[in-house]
Amino acid sequence: MLHPEPHPAEVLVLTRRFRLPNSASIETYLATQGYEAFRKALTMAPEDIIEEVKKSNLRGRGGAGFPTGLKWSFVPRQSPKPKYIVANADEGEPGTCKDRLLMQYDPHALLEGMLIAARAVGASAGYIYIRGEYRYLIEILDRAIEEARQHGFLGRNILGSGMDFEIYTHSGAGSYECGEETALLESLEGKRGVPRLRPPFPATSGAFGCPTVLNNVETFCAVPPIILHGGLAFANLGTPKNGGTRLFAISGHVNRPGVYELPMGFNLLRMIHEVAGGIRGGRKLKAVIPGGSSCPVLRAEECDLPMDFDSVARAGSMLGSGGVIVMDETTCMVRAAARILRFYAHESCGFCTPCREGTRWLSQILSRFHRGEGRREDIDLIAEIARNMLGRTFCPLGDAAAMPALSYVQKFREEFEAHLEGKPCPYEEVTVHA
Amino acid sequence: MPDLIRLTIDGRDVEVEPGTLVIEAARRVGVKIPSFCYYEGLSLAGACRMCLVEVEKMPKLQTACTLVATPGMVVRTETPQVIEARRAMVEFLLTNHPLDCPVCDKGGECELQDMAFRYGAAESRYVETKYHVPEARWSPVVYYDRPRCILCYRCVRVCAEGMGVGALGVINRGGRSEIAPNYGDHLECDECGACIDICPVGALTSGMYRYHTRPWEMNHVGTVCAFCSNGCKTTLGVYHNEIIRGNNRDRSGRNGEFLCIKGRYAADFPHHPDRLRTPLVRRDGELRAASWAEALALVESRLRDALTRGAPIGIIGSNHTTNEENYYLQKLARQGLKTPHLDHQRTGDVAALMAALAGRQGALATMNDLYEAGAILVAGADLAQQHPLLSWQIRANWRHHQARVYVVTEGPVREDRYAARSLRVERGRELEGVLALGEELRKEAELVIVFGDSIQGEAVARLVAFGDSLGIPVKYVCLVDYANSRGASDMGLLPDLGPGYQPVETPGMTLREMLECGDLAVLWVVGANPLAGRSGRPPGFLLVQDLFLTETARVADVVLPAASAYEKEGTVTSVCGEVQRLRRAVSVEGTKTDLEIFGLLARRLGLDAGPRSWEAVLREIAATVPGYDLPVEALIAGAPLQVRPPAGAAMSRRGAIRSARDTLFTSGTLGRYARMLGQVREAPGALYRG
Repeated sequence: MLHPEPHPAEVLVLTRRFRLPNSASIETYLATQGYEAFRKALTMAPEDIIEEVKKSNLRGRGGAGFPTGLKWSFVPRQSPKPKYIVANADEGEPGTCKDRLLMQYDPHALLEGMLIAARAVGASAGYIYIRGEYRYLIEILDRAIEEARQHGFLGRNILGSGMDFEIYTHSGAGSYECGEETALLESLEGKRGVPRLRPPFPATSGAFGCPTVLNNVETFCAVPPIILHGGLAFANLGTPKNGGTRLFAISGHVNRPGVYELPMGFNLLRMIHEVAGGIRGGRKLKAVIPGGSSCPVLRAEECDLPMDFDSVARAGSMLGSGGVIVMDETTCMVRAAARILRFYAHESCGFCTPCREGTRWLSQILSRFHRGEGRREDIDLIAEIARNMLGRTFCPLGDAAAMPALSYVQKFREEFEAHLEGKPCPYEEVTVHA
Repeated sequence: MPDLIRLTIDGRDVEVEPGTLVIEAARRVGVKIPSFCYYEGLSLAGACRMCLVEVEKMPKLQTACTLVATPGMVVRTETPQVIEARRAMVEFLLTNHPLDCPVCDKGGECELQDMAFRYGAAESRYVETKYHVPEARWSPVVYYDRPRCILCYRCVRVCAEGMGVGALGVINRGGRSEIAPNYGDHLECDECGACIDICPVGALTSGMYRYHTRPWEMNHVGTVCAFCSNGCKTTLGVYHNEIIRGNNRDRSGRNGEFLCIKGRYAADFPHHPDRLRTPLVRRDGELRAASWAEALALVESRLRDALTRGAPIGIIGSNHTTNEENYYLQKLARQGLKTPHLDHQRTGDVAALMAALAGRQGALATMNDLYEAGAILVAGADLAQQHPLLSWQIRANWRHHQARVYVVTEGPVREDRYAARSLRVERGRELEGVLALGEELRKEAELVIVFGDSIQGEAVARLVAFGDSLGIPVKYVCLVDYANSRGASDMGLLPDLGPGYQPVETPGMTLREMLECGDLAVLWVVGANPLAGRSGRPPGFLLVQDLFLTETARVADVVLPAASAYEKEGTVTSVCGEVQRLRRAVSVEGTKTDLEIFGLLARRLGLDAGPRSWEAVLREIAATVPGYDLPVEALIAGAPLQVRPPAGAAMSRRGAIRSARDTLFTSGTLGRYARMLGQVREAPGALYRG
């Protein structure tokens, strides 16, 4: 959700075109330095492009935070196989809705970021794998692709440079798991969306068995400003090792939920109380999920921390996809945990044992618990099931379910105990605003 | 030889080839790492997470089935963390498992049961409602019970990779994931049952065996499949003198885990209601039950009469009887009955190949060569239909060693999918197609040529001359149809060649001539049905030895009920010339083995055709038949040994050679009496072969 005016604390880099009239059109894009970064990249040696991205300290915006420049440098440029650029637009992490705005208001930035990546690794085609629920964005993207082609930014011999590149949109079919990069590639190839064995990693064997750069939409969108203004300028916007700005999607019990572009390292409490307008109805903050539903929950007293990958990790959670979910004192944490685990049980692809069986079991216990049918031994059982999943599943989805489950039991044990012995849930049903 | 990788597993030093998986490296030093989804020879899954091990310098537990050994790696497989992880995985797998072991087919030979016994906890902590899905019948052969399934995907992989069929997939997701046929609610496949045998639990069960008995109540008899010539080992499950299943779950034999529908599900023919259990003698125009003594006395008198009169006796031998029986029969015919009229239904020109290769070493491909040779050429045969083990071997060779496969056939075949070249030629012009590939084949390091009945006679000699001209080592397989078609030729059931393809002085009549000449005093048909599809019968005395009342037996004067391959000891020779031992699984009351029948008749006629225990005859074969000078004790112990093209072998210049072109679901006359073969629905041809 985009507010008419940006918050004064925001630093508009990726979102700077959002509020321009016809921001998605190529005319607006070209009038605001659009495709100039790509023109510049055409004059640069591929390794210099990668070097510039490395300097920016840009880290993957999908959630894992892997250094983007390093990822690009793993692609074997000399390989005789075709190389591909894949944008992960399968934004499925609950609490996250930033890529949606980037594609809606500034689709050309994504295309330009992919073009620059293509230039850097010598790719000939790109795919935007976009979640099925974002169907309306496919139209916007397809229009942008067509505009770019008409202006000579896509197709054969782009701008007379000899470079050929095409971009295609590809719709997902409603699976969270397809946001995992190798499951995404399987799905892109028309197969069942289950993760692949790694190694090999996509950089060497990705789409159709060929070297592939696979990044989040926001990551690609950060590339044009990096090339245009230099990696250092971007890096300096954030903290050391956490370059640039980040789109935070703040949702839950705040007065002004929305997507805000803030420098990396922005304080979480400031984010909630200043940028998002504070807790709804003047209530007290209880808990925050800092980076999407798969991240361990933080208690209110843990929230005075800078929002960058490393600081949040030190606090025992993850910056993840930047989806900040705020819960006030009226929230039942057992219900929150049950809801989150229901999501993961529904979305587990079922490929490996601990995730398939563990998510279902956790979801069953938590739902039963919230109904008032919990047993005292279930509290430890929840934690043990989660521990038995952690680090033992085939792909990170199992961890994404186990980590929050464990954190709710560890941090809000008293709320679980309050549900025991058939007692009704002490919290009223609350409506959550997105 | 590349440098070996040294690593340590549970304190033991191991040296392995580069690329070896930790689970395999562990096996070398006797450390068994538990696993479900790992299956040697199939693609890696990493799905069950049972094989987690601790590796120094790696923070998380690693799956030993996907981890490649690296130098200096230190692996621990029995630490508290590993033991705890295994216990957790077994617990996860059991949460939704029905635990219906007391009535499950797999009870007693179930990997989940074994794993729960070794690694599981005694107490169940799962109190939630289990997810239930009704059982599904995918075909008369295959049933699927989702609640028992642990989703290891072995079935999906063996079907897609091993069989090259891909009939199975996965539907739904998460806890509701299910294995499902890729074509709606039923299977369109070879119905081979590999998915059932490879299933570690009781999720996939066979229409033939399910709910019949418990594994420990059967005797398990390892023998050679009675149907085609590929010589697969099948382990027959015998319960109360009845064969109720066939499988090869221990992966022994030339065929590893492979069996087709015939090897797994066609072994019930011995118990077919139409099975002959008493001799029949024609009286007043009708075949009526008789005692053995009565029937044999009648046969004796007719043979004596013919011998006294010097009237011609014709003998048609079998594609299914043992080497010992075939050898004994030809000896009895040529030396005892003094008749040259001997033949069998020939399905491939082995004689011509032996003549072309006479005396050469290493010119016949073994079943293993098909898996290891760098290049294979298939001429004039649809292997997936008629020679499914060869098809499996070549596919595995391509999957594991990237073998280059060349195909010269009339129509599309399964090998096309991965062939380096596929040529379509008119039937009968296969040799021309092969010759056209000369330039490409010359570039290979070695080659195995597999050819069918459309290359016969002089064409075989030309084929071998072509092979010689390539300047690379070339080995050959001459395709023949049935379980001992090869042995029937080798033992000299031919009008102009004796054992080992040695020319005989006076050639006799061919099979067709015997049927059509009209002046045979006695025609003795052993385990064959030459009158199928013909009208009338030869006018002389017709003696038939068989399992069933075939078209030929129906018009006979005397029918003797014979024992099948599953009811006797002896050896048979596979399409690759590998001699393998049969073991008796059951006995059918009233029948006698063909060898016993020959012996009884010989004794009655006062003819000495030598000893008639199968071992004694085998010793005589090894001592006298060119190419069969093999160590007998090893054969008796069960080792498959390959024969050699004998020196002095000659081509047969008389008689017709024609394959019956059976499919996966037919097998000459015998196939009609296997219940399951008649029940499966043959999938549409294009899809099925394509």
